[in-house]
Amino acid sequence: MLHFTRWKIIAALLTCLAGFLVALPNFFPKETVQSWPSFMPKKQLTLGLDLQGGAHLLLAMDQDEIKKDWINNLRDEARKELRDAKIGFTGIGTQGLTQLVIKLAKPEEQAAAIKALHKVRQPIGNALLGTGAYDVDVLEGPDPGTVILKESEQGLRQRIANAASASIETINRRVNNLGTSESTIVRQGTDRILIQFPGLKDTKELKKLIGETAKLTFHEVHPSISAEEARMTKIPTGYKIYPSDKGEGGGEFLLREQPVVQGSDLADAQPGFDSRNGEPVINFRFNQIGARKFGNFTKDHVGRPFAIVLDDKVLSAPVIREPILGGSGQISGNFTVEGTNTLAVQLRSGSLPTKLTIVEERTVGPSLGADSIAAGKLAGIIGGVAVVLLTILAYGTFGIFACVGLVVHLMLTLALMTLIGSTLTLPGIAGLVLGVAMAVDANVLIYERIREELRVGKMPVAAIDAGFQRAFVTIADSQLTTLACALIMFWLGSGPIRGFAVTLTIGIMTSIFASVTVVRLLISFWLKAQPKGRIAVVPV
Amino acid sequence: MLMRLIPVFKGADFFPHDLNLPFMKFKGPALALSIIAMAISIVLCATMGLNYGVDFKGGSLIELKTKSGNADIGVLREKLNSIGVGNVQIQEFGTPDDVLVRLEEQPGGEAAQQAALKKVVDATSADYVERRVEVVGPAVSSELRMTGFIAVAAGILAIVAYVWFRFEWQFALGAVVALSHDVLVTAGIFALFQFEFDLSTVAALLTILGYSVNDTVVVSDRIRENLRKFKKMELNELLNLSINETLSRTILTGMTALAVLISLYIFGGEVIRNFNFAMLLGVVIGTYSSIFIAAPLLGYLGVKRDWSDMAAKAVAATKSKAKA
Repeated sequence: MLHFTRWKIIAALLTCLAGFLVALPNFFPKETVQSWPSFMPKKQLTLGLDLQGGAHLLLAMDQDEIKKDWINNLRDEARKELRDAKIGFTGIGTQGLTQLVIKLAKPEEQAAAIKALHKVRQPIGNALLGTGAYDVDVLEGPDPGTVILKESEQGLRQRIANAASASIETINRRVNNLGTSESTIVRQGTDRILIQFPGLKDTKELKKLIGETAKLTFHEVHPSISAEEARMTKIPTGYKIYPSDKGEGGGEFLLREQPVVQGSDLADAQPGFDSRNGEPVINFRFNQIGARKFGNFTKDHVGRPFAIVLDDKVLSAPVIREPILGGSGQISGNFTVEGTNTLAVQLRSGSLPTKLTIVEERTVGPSLGADSIAAGKLAGIIGGVAVVLLTILAYGTFGIFACVGLVVHLMLTLALMTLIGSTLTLPGIAGLVLGVAMAVDANVLIYERIREELRVGKMPVAAIDAGFQRAFVTIADSQLTTLACALIMFWLGSGPIRGFAVTLTIGIMTSIFASVTVVRLLISFWLKAQPKGRIAVVPV
Repeated sequence: MLMRLIPVFKGADFFPHDLNLPFMKFKGPALALSIIAMAISIVLCATMGLNYGVDFKGGSLIELKTKSGNADIGVLREKLNSIGVGNVQIQEFGTPDDVLVRLEEQPGGEAAQQAALKKVVDATSADYVERRVEVVGPAVSSELRMTGFIAVAAGILAIVAYVWFRFEWQFALGAVVALSHDVLVTAGIFALFQFEFDLSTVAALLTILGYSVNDTVVVSDRIRENLRKFKKMELNELLNLSINETLSRTILTGMTALAVLISLYIFGGEVIRNFNFAMLLGVVIGTYSSIFIAAPLLGYLGVKRDWSDMAAKAVAATKSKAKA
């Protein structure tokens, strides 16, 4: 066992060298590393938010709102299809948020209705491959003359997936507008979105930016009835009462539910000031389609008010003085300067498909992160010194070999983490420490074994050989069980547990190489360097 | 040559190797003690309950640092009690200019947590800077609690499966009892002293499992080896011998682990103190359990001797593989 083939020695030394080189940039400041010659590795470990400071926000989409939007649309479509097919119906009712029940005027038209309603279905997944699944199932109702439209399981899943990716895109645009980079925005689970924002000092702005759906719509105001009158008598079909954004005293508006123009037709929005009274306003410009729609509408409605609605609240309801054909305009409301900035960003970035609620927030200030790193470093150095002292005290020269093995182990762990681009977190540092303890344990197992073999009377070289050989089984067993545990942590854990599991897993993998192969190599070099007579006093 | 310059010295053999301590004599009382400790732990967890942190209970945690001077907890408490965010817990955290504010989960779902957080920040922003904010809503906290529990249970299962695969079933049973003991007693101590129990405590528990099983496997490995070596030796005597033979390793490894953990506990900062404390506890409990629970259980369960021949072949096979 103590004999190494030449290529094995070379491979082991190269591995150590490569490990040192890859790990090296982590010990220098970023600027220094950048000035290194081009052949040197420059990649550094990413520090977790708990170490460098930053914000971590977990947002949840409102599934009910997505369903509500969907079922309202479906109802409109179903109505249209039945009308087009000239099939009479007496009512369309919703059942929960996933079902529509349609009562037909003539029960014998059920088959025809089902056929007509098939048009509202959208195929799911790859249209080319044609999975044959649809987002809506059209079924015969339990009573004669009824038809049920039911959202399918896959339909819902796809809708939520779509909403999530649309949300992520929108958040990305909004966040990029903040001028900060390096943020991570990913989907988590079915209906959650995780935003990680390194180095952010203040989350207030970020929260405000993603906290609004920013759905901007332009609506026609009912020409004759006011909201109060409609409330007392009957709300006309197609109209809906909207509150003002000024709160209780701002009044209510009776608006046509179908908007004239939507925020998605906006080409640009910029914060500005009203030239007359100096109030903060938003200047906007429509795209071609939006400009045409808005132009036609204002031409037909001169002298009548229209309403600018943001997230279902009326910002203002100015009277159209002349047709607005240029496709640009101004929104005023009770804005602050800051508010117009945020709103302009939100409008430029498009609206979120649904409101997002913050279900988890973790923010670490940069100074705390720096304190944590300093504390971790200090503890690491002191702990490391303690380990080195104990090992050398217990095993003398061989203890020094073990410590060299530990350094190699630590370097390789850092190198691997740097290579795979994993993130070092505070619990990760603890994982690193446990990895060191495992590596120490491997050497302790080997050396204790060597001592035992010596006690039974084996010759030094034979004892060392047997010690490595017999301890290896135990080392493999004990480290593999820990590895099993670490893998489970990675698989099931979240946040701190994961960070810990990653470093521990890597630590276990490198510890066997470092504490078995490298230390054995050192011992074999050392033995060869001994004069023949001294071999007898192996200092274990 | 460099090698020559290093004086060749023998290390100190920390632990006398010929002590042959009679561990097995104590197996009865030790097992009884462990069973009582486990029972008490269960009762403690059931009655006093674990002091869940925001991860598992939901709510908010805000770490504040004064802009200048020391924090006045009394003034802060008065202020925060008056803004209507329910029960506010304030404690000093590390240095005198750091305070930790805890809010209970607010009734009214996720948005209410954010509203309460804003109130606290607004009320304190004149004198304090926020250093850390953690807000966990009700949906997430119950999920974290669930996944934390599953992670610990699955960790035990994975370990047991591995031990069962590599050893006989008696070893696996010994390991699972020892591991459950470690987790239960640690939880019991957390319940007794009402230490905060959160995600990082779960990570610590999982680490304890790793450390404890590491210990158990080393002893089991030696038992298996001795079963082959001394075919006629009485089982209890053999278990005792195996524990004694591995004792110097157990102590030295334990000492280095403790040295590192203690230095982390003292110098590693306030944020991971909880985590470290759980690990410190775990190293001690885990070492105890592999000596006084896993090994004695083998004595009670009885291990077939003829099986060791089969295992020997398997080991020989792995060895020849390792050589190649």
